[in-house]
Amino acid sequence: MPDATGLELIAQQLEGSTDVGEGAVLDTLYFRNRATLTVDPERIVAVLTQLRSLGYSFLASVHGSDYYPEQPRLGVHYELLDMKNIDRISVRVRLHTDAPELDSVTPQWPTANHPEREVYDMFGVVFRGHPDMRRILMPEDYEGHPQRRDFPIGGEPVLFTYNDHNHLGSPE
Amino acid sequence: MSTTSDYRKGEDSIELTSVAQQLSEQAEDWGGGRDSQELLTLNLGPHHPATHGVLRLVVTLQGEVVREVKPIIGYVHTGIEKTAEDKAYWKVIPVVERMDYLSYYFNSMAYCGAVETLLEVDVPKRAQYLRVIHLELNRIASHLLWLGTGVLDIGAITPFFYCLRERDRILDLFEQSSGQRMHTRYFQVGGVMEDIPRGWEAKLREFLKVMPPAADQYGKLVSANEIVLQRLRNTCAVDAQTLLSLGVTGPLLRAAGTPWDLRKATPYSSYDDFDFKIPVGTVGDNYDRFAVRLAEIYESVKIIEQAIDGLPEGPHITTDRKVALPPRHELATSMEALIHHFKLVTEGFRVPPGEVYFPIESARGELGCFVRSDGSSKPARVHMRDPSFVNLQALEAMGEGAYLADLIAAVAMLDPILGGIDR
Repeated sequence: MPDATGLELIAQQLEGSTDVGEGAVLDTLYFRNRATLTVDPERIVAVLTQLRSLGYSFLASVHGSDYYPEQPRLGVHYELLDMKNIDRISVRVRLHTDAPELDSVTPQWPTANHPEREVYDMFGVVFRGHPDMRRILMPEDYEGHPQRRDFPIGGEPVLFTYNDHNHLGSPE
Repeated sequence: MSTTSDYRKGEDSIELTSVAQQLSEQAEDWGGGRDSQELLTLNLGPHHPATHGVLRLVVTLQGEVVREVKPIIGYVHTGIEKTAEDKAYWKVIPVVERMDYLSYYFNSMAYCGAVETLLEVDVPKRAQYLRVIHLELNRIASHLLWLGTGVLDIGAITPFFYCLRERDRILDLFEQSSGQRMHTRYFQVGGVMEDIPRGWEAKLREFLKVMPPAADQYGKLVSANEIVLQRLRNTCAVDAQTLLSLGVTGPLLRAAGTPWDLRKATPYSSYDDFDFKIPVGTVGDNYDRFAVRLAEIYESVKIIEQAIDGLPEGPHITTDRKVALPPRHELATSMEALIHHFKLVTEGFRVPPGEVYFPIESARGELGCFVRSDGSSKPARVHMRDPSFVNLQALEAMGEGAYLADLIAAVAMLDPILGGIDR
């Protein structure tokens, strides 16, 4: 893990590079020996590409999170790994729930394909430029994004033949 | 009475030559001319023994050669990550254990590790060693089941029975130490639930004596079998660079010659105390994937031997009463212990706000647990980066250009666990 100073240096390097530009790093957080960068959602691909050139080439995980009631509510996390120096860094973006959109990193990191589909499925973040932006775990005709904090638990009716007529969409 | 029905007459009147001509023109457009075989889309699964659960593959075939593989998953999605958000921290452990149902100790280790990092709780040395013993036993059990079912997929039935025999010995050990054979809930936040019972060590040592010769036997059963070798050698090889870009970790990556193992790279739970090697392959074909896992069984035995020899004395769980339950006997005499017990059982402990990603080396690769706390006694988000979920993306790279039969072997050697993929 880069230490707190190392994290600030990485943030400065990102801001200083021409591809990323100033104002891309919104926040740095050093918590429990783990480094997290919060970046501008519009520049996520540039930030990850720049971090890749700094050695963080392995994208270990992409996952979402709902920060309800904080705003912006949705978060997408990228866990990066430098296998040579054995170092990790997390990159985080925050998005509002009304039409959340983000550039896909799947063209550069093929590993992000399934995880990005899962984030879309569970949180409703649409990844622009993803080759196959469909639901992955929930049925394709499912409505809503179940991992959001305002999605109720236990609201899923189990359909059997004996209670089929009780539910909407039943033939009778 | 007419000999042909009206329907038949209608059918006879259809002029087919134009359609046939169109089809042959299309075939030329596809590049193969008249000799090319048309593409066939075949559905594999989701209920088939060779797909290890409910994996569904839509395979496009040209003759017998695989041109495209699309995995379709989600058939055993049970919303465990959502369920976890509605439970107190210590009640989440049995839920996450059911994700990857063959490596339950790893799931609970990743989750407990993440929560311990958030809480800044120190795990006693004895608990760390006990964890290592159980994790490595679980790794052997998982690899044994993989070996049994994996070679079953390519037609070898005998190893399955033998592998389950040794796996059963491990499950007996789990039952003795925790009361359960699977999904044991043995790891707790701050340590392990109970110390190992009397007689467990002797039984473990007996197992450690039996396991290496048994693994020799399985190795000979499989790797001296000409048919198995024909099926595995030089099939579905993928180079390390492609695997890394696809995020593949664990035995699959090591089979391609990259010695990446989180137990060595970023040791957790005192793995740096033990002396072991990382088996690697050379070309990354199906045979290397088999050989690496088989070799890992021996290394796991070595780790367990060192851990049980050097098992330190001391508490098996943290003495922090705000996190771990007080010993049973204190409840009768100490008011404070009773209060702690009551608070822990009813509300659970509160975790300081923050988020942590805790990666460990599971039997299948990097298993990372992301936990976000909002300061309450229930996690605000639990996410498992399951290695099977990510590794499954490599199936297309493995299968393209191979025969359909080799694709089945590739699925077997990929070792996907659908419970972990769908969660």
